[in-house]
Amino acid sequence: MKTRILLFLISVLAAAPAAAAINVLACEPEWGALTREIAGDRAKVYEASTALQDVHHIQARPSLMAAARRADIVVCTGAELEVGWLPVLTSESGNGRIQPGAPGYFEAARQVSLLEIPTQLDRSRGDVHPQGNPHIQTDPRNIARVAAALADRLAQVDPPNAAWYRERHRSFDQRWQQAIARWQREAAPLKGLKVVVHHQAFTYLFAWLGIDAVGALEPLPGVDPTIAHMSELLEAQKTNPAKLVVRASYNDPRAAEWFAGRAGIPAIMLPFSVGGDDASKDLFSWYDDMLSILLKAAGK
Amino acid sequence: MQRPVIGLVAAALACSVPFAARADTRDEIAQIRTQIEQMKRDYESRIDALEKRLAAAEADAGKAQKQADQAQTAAKSVAQQQRGNAFNPAISLILQGRYANLSQDPDTYRIGGFIPSGGEVGPGKRGLSLAESELVFSANADPYFSGTLIASLAPDGGVDVENGYLQTIGLSHGWTLKAGRFFSKIGYLNEQHQHAWDFIDTPLPYRAFLGGQLGDDGVQAKWIAPTDVLVEVGAEAGRGRSFPGSDPNKNGTSLGTLFGHVGGDVGVSHSWRAGLSYVQAAPDGRAYDDLDSGGSGVTNAFTGHSKLWLADFVWKWAPNGDPTRRNFKLQGEYFQRKEDGTLTYDTLGAALPGAYASRQSGWYGQAVYQFMPRWRAGLRYDRLSPGTVDIGQVQTGALTAADFPILQPYAPTLQTAMIDWSPSEFSRWRLQFARDKSRPDLTDDQIFLQYILSLGTHGAHTW
Repeated sequence: MKTRILLFLISVLAAAPAAAAINVLACEPEWGALTREIAGDRAKVYEASTALQDVHHIQARPSLMAAARRADIVVCTGAELEVGWLPVLTSESGNGRIQPGAPGYFEAARQVSLLEIPTQLDRSRGDVHPQGNPHIQTDPRNIARVAAALADRLAQVDPPNAAWYRERHRSFDQRWQQAIARWQREAAPLKGLKVVVHHQAFTYLFAWLGIDAVGALEPLPGVDPTIAHMSELLEAQKTNPAKLVVRASYNDPRAAEWFAGRAGIPAIMLPFSVGGDDASKDLFSWYDDMLSILLKAAGK
Repeated sequence: MQRPVIGLVAAALACSVPFAARADTRDEIAQIRTQIEQMKRDYESRIDALEKRLAAAEADAGKAQKQADQAQTAAKSVAQQQRGNAFNPAISLILQGRYANLSQDPDTYRIGGFIPSGGEVGPGKRGLSLAESELVFSANADPYFSGTLIASLAPDGGVDVENGYLQTIGLSHGWTLKAGRFFSKIGYLNEQHQHAWDFIDTPLPYRAFLGGQLGDDGVQAKWIAPTDVLVEVGAEAGRGRSFPGSDPNKNGTSLGTLFGHVGGDVGVSHSWRAGLSYVQAAPDGRAYDDLDSGGSGVTNAFTGHSKLWLADFVWKWAPNGDPTRRNFKLQGEYFQRKEDGTLTYDTLGAALPGAYASRQSGWYGQAVYQFMPRWRAGLRYDRLSPGTVDIGQVQTGALTAADFPILQPYAPTLQTAMIDWSPSEFSRWRLQFARDKSRPDLTDDQIFLQYILSLGTHGAHTW
C-alpha cells in the first residue's frame, strides 16, 4: 500500500512538468498581459501585483512563494523595482529555473534604455533607483522591444512551442506597431502639455508624447507629498503653469486633489498598468484609455 | 529623380523650338529658357542643400555614435578599474538605540513558574542605551551556494555571530538546504530578526520556551510543494547550543525540529499563513540559578527530554492588497511544552537528583494597524500558563516547594501597546508601553523609545 501511494505521488510530481502550459510568474500586470499576448493559452500566468498596488512595496507573501516555486519563468521589470521581494522569492523558492542569470529569469528593463539615471546615489535623495527610472511600461516602443526579447526567451524556456511564440509575437508586433502609429497621431495635440505628477511614474509616456512634467507632488522620489512642498509647486504655477495633475492608479488621490483644487486645474488618474481602471483590459485598451483620459483632460 | 525629369522637360522644349521659330515667339522662348534655367538652378541648389543636410546629419550621427562608444569605453574602464571589488558581498547595517524607563530593576527580571531559559530575555538597561547593531554580509559563493553572515555588535563590545550559514541556490523541485548557524524556521516570529519585529521585545512564550529565539548550529532541509497554496515543510537538526538544548559535549545532534506552513490569499486584499512546528531537545545538565528555602543561591540542572509544539497563524489585510497607506496584521502563536527527566538540586553542593516532569503552555496574540502612511499602532497580549510541574524531591518530601521558588506556579502576563513612525522604509521610531507581570506579584511598568536605522543594501520585504 505504501509503495502504491509513493508511486502515485511520484507519478503526480513527474506529470506536473509535462503539462502543456508553462507557468509564468509576472511581477507586474503589464508583463502578465504581454506574456498572454505572446504565449496565448500555452502559458499559465500568475501576476504578483496589480495596477492598484505600489510595486515598490509588495511583500513576498505565501501565494507568491508558491507561484515562484512552480514558475518556469519569472517576467519582471528589473532595474531594482522588485528589489525588496523578488530576491526573497528566487532564493527561498527552491527553484533553479528562475535564478538570476538563468533563462527563466527575465528582466524587461534590460531590453530598453532607462531614463532618469541618478547622478548621485544617496538615500537622502529619496528612494532612488540606481539603474534609472524602472517604470518603462508607459512607452509603447519599450513594450515592443520587451515583446521581441520575451518571445525569444519563451522560445528558449519552452523549445517545443518556439514557433508558436515567434508567430504570435509577429502578429502582436504588427498590431502593436499599427497601434503606436495611431496613438502618435491621436496624441499629437498633447505635445508640449505641461503637467504636475504625483510620482515619476509616467516619465516614459511623457518622453514619448512630448509632455512636459514641470513638477512632482512628492518632494523626493518615494517620499509622500508634503504641504510645504506642494505650496512651493503652487508658487511655481504662477510662472510656469501646469495644465493637469497626473497621478497613477495606485497613488492616494488626496494629494493630487489638494493641489488641483488650489491650482484650479483638473486632477486625473492614469491607469499605471493593465487593470488600473475598468477600461484597461489589455495592453491595447490600456494605452487607448491613457490617451483618451489625457486628451479629454487637456481639452483636445 | 527630379533632375532627369527637368532634363526631359528641357529637352522637349528645346526640340520644339525649331518648329516654332517665329520672330514673335522668340522672346517667349528666351523667357521660357530663362525660367527653365532658373528652375534648374533652384532645384539644384535645393538638392545641394538637402545633400549638405544629409551629410551633416550623417556626421552628427557618427559623432553621436562616437560619443556613445566613448561613453561605453569609459564605463567599461570604470568597470575594469573596479574589478578588484566587483564581487564584494551585499552589505547592510542596522543601527538601533533606545531609551527605557522601567519601574522595576531589570536585574531582577525572571519569568515566574518557568525554568529560566538563559537567553537575553529581560527588558535591558534603564535609561539611554545603544542596542545591538547588526552587520549583514551576503553573496553567492558559486553556482551552488550562497553565504550569509549576520554579526551582532554588542553595545558593550564584543561581536556575536548571530547567523552564519550557507544555503543552496535553486536546488530545484522546491528543495533548499541550509547549514551553519541560522534562526530556525519554526513558528512565525522565530525566523525574523529583532529589527523587523513589530514590538521592541519578543513575546513571553518565546522568552520562556526558546530563550528568546531559537538559533542553533545545524542543518536544515526545506521543501515547497508544487501547489497553488503554499505548502512548506522542513526539518532541522543541530547541536542544541542554546535553550531548550544545553550545548552538550557529545557527538551527533541533540536538537531537532519539524515545521510545516501553509498559506495563501483570499481575494486580492487578504493573505494568511498557518503553521505547526515541533522542537525536540535532549538537554544534558541544563543548569539554572535559583534560591533555596533559606534564600541562598543554588544551581540546579535538568537532564532529559524537552518537547515543544508550536502553532502559528498570521493574517494580513490591505485595501486592494496595497499596504502603502493602510494595512492590518493579526498574529498569534500557541506553545505547549512537555519536559521529562531528572532535576538535580544544588549541583555544586548536595547534588540531589530527582524525577522532574512538566507540562506548560503559553500564547500571545497581537494586532498592528497602519492607520495612515508612516504611522502604525499595535497591541499585544502575552500569557503563560504554569500547567503542572512535578518535582520528585518535593513529592518524596526530601525537599519542599520553597526550595524551588522559581517553579512556584504562577501565570505571567504582559500587556503591550506601541505606536511607530517610519519616515521612510529605512528608518523607524517606536514608542512602546508595557505592563510586565513576568515576576510573581510584581508589576513592571515599562516605557521604551526606540529607533531603527537600516543602511546599505535594500532590506527584504519578507511576509
